[in-house]
Amino acid sequence: MRPDLEIIQNWIEPESHVLDLGCGNGALLDFLKTSKDVTGIGLEINPKDIQSCIAKGVSVIEQNLDESLSNFQNNSFDTVLLAQTLQALNRPDHLIDEMLRIGKKGIVTFPNFGNWKSRTHLATKGRMPISEFMPHQWYETPNIHFCTVNDFDTLCLRKNIRVLARTVVDSKHQGSWAMKFWPNLFGETAIYHLARNERA
Amino acid sequence: MNSIPSNSAGIIEPQNFHFDKPLNLTSGRILPCFDLIVETYGELNAAKSNAILICHALSGDHHAAGYHSLEDKKAGWWDACIGPGKAIDTNLFYIVSLNNLGGCGGSTGPTSINPETGSHYGPNFPIVTVKDWVTSQVMLMEKLKIIKWAAVVGGSLGGMQVLQWSISFPKRLHSAICIAGAPKLSAQNIAFNEVARQSISSDPEFFGGHYLERNTSPKKGLTLARMVGHITYLSDSAMRSKFGKTVSKFEKKGDNFGRDLRSEELSFGFDADFQVESYLHYQGERFSENFDANTYLLMTKALDYFDPSIDYDSDLSQAFSESNCKFLLISFSTDWRFPPERSREIVNDLLKANKEVTYLEIEADQGHDAFLLPVPRYIEALRSYLNRIHTEVIKNAA
Repeated sequence: MRPDLEIIQNWIEPESHVLDLGCGNGALLDFLKTSKDVTGIGLEINPKDIQSCIAKGVSVIEQNLDESLSNFQNNSFDTVLLAQTLQALNRPDHLIDEMLRIGKKGIVTFPNFGNWKSRTHLATKGRMPISEFMPHQWYETPNIHFCTVNDFDTLCLRKNIRVLARTVVDSKHQGSWAMKFWPNLFGETAIYHLARNERA
Repeated sequence: MNSIPSNSAGIIEPQNFHFDKPLNLTSGRILPCFDLIVETYGELNAAKSNAILICHALSGDHHAAGYHSLEDKKAGWWDACIGPGKAIDTNLFYIVSLNNLGGCGGSTGPTSINPETGSHYGPNFPIVTVKDWVTSQVMLMEKLKIIKWAAVVGGSLGGMQVLQWSISFPKRLHSAICIAGAPKLSAQNIAFNEVARQSISSDPEFFGGHYLERNTSPKKGLTLARMVGHITYLSDSAMRSKFGKTVSKFEKKGDNFGRDLRSEELSFGFDADFQVESYLHYQGERFSENFDANTYLLMTKALDYFDPSIDYDSDLSQAFSESNCKFLLISFSTDWRFPPERSREIVNDLLKANKEVTYLEIEADQGHDAFLLPVPRYIEALRSYLNRIHTEVIKNAA
């Protein structure tokens, strides 16, 4: 399993109801179903991934995240997941709102553009970073909204979203003391556990 | 035909089932007894857990797969999907396909003899609804000693029966597969049906539906009805490619919009000049020779009346509240009869009711008809889904 998914699964309660936005081949939902008795639905638009979900017995709905999620009721899921998809959305901020409307809690993972490698690449070469981790040229990348850990923290603050937990990991998806103290500099993948701050 | 293709369900012999128990219909009328004609493909396992019910659409019947004899030119209407190794695999499943009540394929319908009068039911055959069909299908299920279907599967009007199953008999099916369906007809759908009905009833050979007594049939009207229906089954792009094979001399190059001519010259008269016209005539006429006009009227009414939400304050999600099966819905991009939005309406109500649902929107050029055709992504999805279902029902039974 992709190691960011390994961390995510610790935050998901057994027998809870999970919506996975951009569920890919359904590996996480399949794992959660068998290991934690989780019921879940994935949303996906890639036909190949949808086919993999069906073969696994994972419920999947062909639906574009850039279009409305209004077909999902308020509070209808325990957790709404968005793994490595935030940066590819038209309006990531709107989707975060939708996640926390539909789910009691949200989990978001994204590549941290504030990582030292990206910074060095941009600073020394003066060009958009390309790495194993971010392999696309700027003109063809599906990732149209890169952000840093600090940017995301600011968004959560502005939206009055409660950050229940935040973890960053490197490309091997391991944490280190450096990442703990300077997450925006050393973290390559950011993983957030979010909840609404209920206003009085 | 010299031999049967190896992936065919083979030579099939339809069976007749007689029901003595009166059937109380939605209309309030009672059918004292009736017959259903049925085909089955594959073998029922010992646990009786591998049975699939196939529900047919407007002009379908019990002959879904295989051949009746070596002389047959065409296989059953869903032969693309049913057979050994096909998406609905006869090596895994026992597949039951019937002709619905009111049909003209051999089940009791307008062309049957009314035991009370000794003559054809004709226009006096009671209007049957999707709900009535499902009730009769449960009676058939009991005759076959099947407790629970592994899947109930259907496209178009067949998909509506699938939805009705999940609502009326939630414990009797493991999965519901509704392809190119709709939660109910729209005004546009009803309008097309009404044109079809008017075509039939205004044919001078219709005689108020009593044409059989006069040894005639409203072929012209039925032809017209089928022609207008057929247009709604195809997409604009499918028609362009079907009738745009040759580039006529009136077009400079490339796409001719499907305007293939029947002959070299325009007639400057009112006869058919274009291929599409003669195609529709041919399809309509062929249909009118094999289909009963009263059945056509009845089937279109069953479509118009279908609305499972009506008993639930028009809230379809409420209708699904007791449903106990998993759902697969599939729509096709160029289907304008029941476009993807209509399937999505069903999906959204299933989500609202917190049901297990999978939904696919297949890119396909063929319009509504795509559900009958071997569209690769559709076939693969159906196959994978049913393979999972097979594993589940075998495990559940063990």
